[in-house]
Amino acid sequence: MQSRKDQLLGLALVSPSILAVLIFVYGFIAWSGRVSLSQWKGLMPDYTWAGLQNYIGLFTDPRFRIDIRNTVVFTVLFVGGCLVLGLTLAILLDQGLRGEGFFRSLYLFPMAISFIVTGVVWRWLMNPAQGSRISGLNLIFDQLGLDFLINKWHTTPEWGIAFIAIPAIWQMSGYTMALYLGGLRAIPESLREAARVDGASEFAMYRRIILPLLSPITLSAMIILGHISLKVFDLIVAVAGKQIPLDVPAIYMWTTTFDGNFYGRGASIGILLLLSVAVLVIPYLRYTLKNEAEL
Amino acid sequence: MRYKTFLLFLILALVLVACGGGNNAATNTEPVAPAEEEAAPAQEEAPAEAEEMANQVEVFSWWTGGGEAAGLEAMIKVFNEKYPDIEFINAAVAGGAGTNARAVLATRLQAGDAPDSWQGHAGQELIGTYVAAGQLEPVNFLFEENGWLDVMPETLIPLISQDGNIYSVPVNIHRANVLWNNPTVLAENGIDVPTTLDEWFTAMDALQAAGMEAPLAMGEQWTAMHLFETILLASLGADDYNALWDGGKSWSEPEVAAALENFAKVLSYTNSDASALSWQDAAQLVVNGDAAFNVMGDWAEGYFREIGFEPNSGYGWSPVPGTNGNFQFLSDSFVLPVGAPHREAAIAWLTVAGSREGQDAFNPVKGSIPARSDGDRALYGEYLLSAMDDWSNNTVVGSLTHGVVANDSWKSEIDTALGLFLVDKDAATFQTALATACTSSGPCQ
Repeated sequence: MQSRKDQLLGLALVSPSILAVLIFVYGFIAWSGRVSLSQWKGLMPDYTWAGLQNYIGLFTDPRFRIDIRNTVVFTVLFVGGCLVLGLTLAILLDQGLRGEGFFRSLYLFPMAISFIVTGVVWRWLMNPAQGSRISGLNLIFDQLGLDFLINKWHTTPEWGIAFIAIPAIWQMSGYTMALYLGGLRAIPESLREAARVDGASEFAMYRRIILPLLSPITLSAMIILGHISLKVFDLIVAVAGKQIPLDVPAIYMWTTTFDGNFYGRGASIGILLLLSVAVLVIPYLRYTLKNEAEL
Repeated sequence: MRYKTFLLFLILALVLVACGGGNNAATNTEPVAPAEEEAAPAQEEAPAEAEEMANQVEVFSWWTGGGEAAGLEAMIKVFNEKYPDIEFINAAVAGGAGTNARAVLATRLQAGDAPDSWQGHAGQELIGTYVAAGQLEPVNFLFEENGWLDVMPETLIPLISQDGNIYSVPVNIHRANVLWNNPTVLAENGIDVPTTLDEWFTAMDALQAAGMEAPLAMGEQWTAMHLFETILLASLGADDYNALWDGGKSWSEPEVAAALENFAKVLSYTNSDASALSWQDAAQLVVNGDAAFNVMGDWAEGYFREIGFEPNSGYGWSPVPGTNGNFQFLSDSFVLPVGAPHREAAIAWLTVAGSREGQDAFNPVKGSIPARSDGDRALYGEYLLSAMDDWSNNTVVGSLTHGVVANDSWKSEIDTALGLFLVDKDAATFQTALATACTSSGPCQ
């Protein structure tokens, strides 16, 4: 048992950070919430009550509809791509091949780069120019005679956003692999042996035993990747600049607030982003906390 | 053992993620940091060293690289010669076309920590944002005392004023309505430089027939807005164009619909990968002969020289077809804030910024022309001399993309409407959105 003195000391030690979090996280969330309900437009604050006007405006705004659609497309492809690729890499690495450490680092390294750098590199690779100005991946395809692969990448009408998922998957699938590999290593060898003794094929063993055991990892990965995906901003700006076909809520928030001085509208987009992330994260946190309490 | 190593590895990975996140946050807030650092000591020193503070002027801009920074240095040199006892503090914040700088400035003004003077695009970008917020003093007295009204074009003054008050001192002038061409391509195809929209369309049809897929080079979204404003001017003429911006003409009228039709037609001649190109990439297509035309401000001329092309042989220029006799301008200018910490020093800076000596120091280096019509002609190159001639005798109208005619909110609404139009090519919706934007953020009722 801790003594009362210890408890007080502990509280004193954490109080600065509690205070800082209260002010700089929850205080500013509350402030953003207030601004989102105001008419603030222009340089100087204007807290005139506007009710839900900003929110209603957003849901009738054709640009915001594009944003939501783009976010959904991007999230599905990015999270799905990372999970499939990450799991595949993890299973391959788990076969006990030589040089595992080397490959593990190799796949994980992209994660150490910031999205801005990834974006700049992929902007070159995914150069949509064709004909005499062809370059990047299109040039490689051209030289290899794989002409059918040459495409417009992120400038593809309607589905340009799908191509932004490629660099994102490239960057984050190694991380997903690491998560899965940790999960695979935690599965006792005895379970696999039991399955083999019972005559299960390798495929059936993965499908019936390994994958179900990995489902908590899949959930964690989906949460982590999902919230990155909802907030994506830097990657898109680095690859394609700020343009409507590839617009997402975070970019709209930035341009409308700082280029257009629509602070009220910008704050409402911010609050909507927070809510969408919260929908994803809060049930997960409750689930983990409950599980930890049971342990 | 193996499992432990792996766990360690995983923790390391998480730390890396955390760092990655931290880096991103730092990137976003980076521009704020330097300004705050500079601002903080100034505040601390204020009471203690008030005497010394009187001899400073802190000037805020986004001129941090290339010809702009060099031009600013040249002008600072003139300032130091004239006012050796005033210390010049260069509070420049880096970032494309001032996006970052303006966010930093907004933060400083909201915190009541104004610099002594700052750079802004002359016109509604300054007026709509800072005058509306009560941050700027009129500078009419400077124009009168220094005789600037006599040496700057008459049609310029209303565009940088509100209710008869002039709110900034223009240092340089750029022209937006320039059509750059490739003389070799035009000669090979027997095409004269077009002077009307119809001639231009005919010329581009001929080029397409000769196998040039996209005769007009365009870049990312803001260059489309730049093209849009020139076509609007070409279709409507100077008077109606001006009337659109001061509320004298409705955006719902059929002339605007016709202008949008012209714009849609012009877009049909552009390259399909436009959204992936910067303005430099697009301009380069012309000098390389991949395209025949490009509409871009006259900063493109500096770029053409930089990559080794000569005027007339490598690139030619003319006003955008249909805009002959009009000079669609944009200008960097400096302001006098209400309650400038060092008002006298700020006035001294503005006097230099508006002087012939100051402007002739800045502009040849930056590659623009002086706002005054009495610049020293020996200092400027062939293109700039032709621009100086037009500046002194053309009708001056303002640019949309570069902040003269519309305030920031209005412009950003137009930008959204234009972006949607580039996707769906629906002119009727575009026109409705333009009319709505004018009502919600412009002068329309």
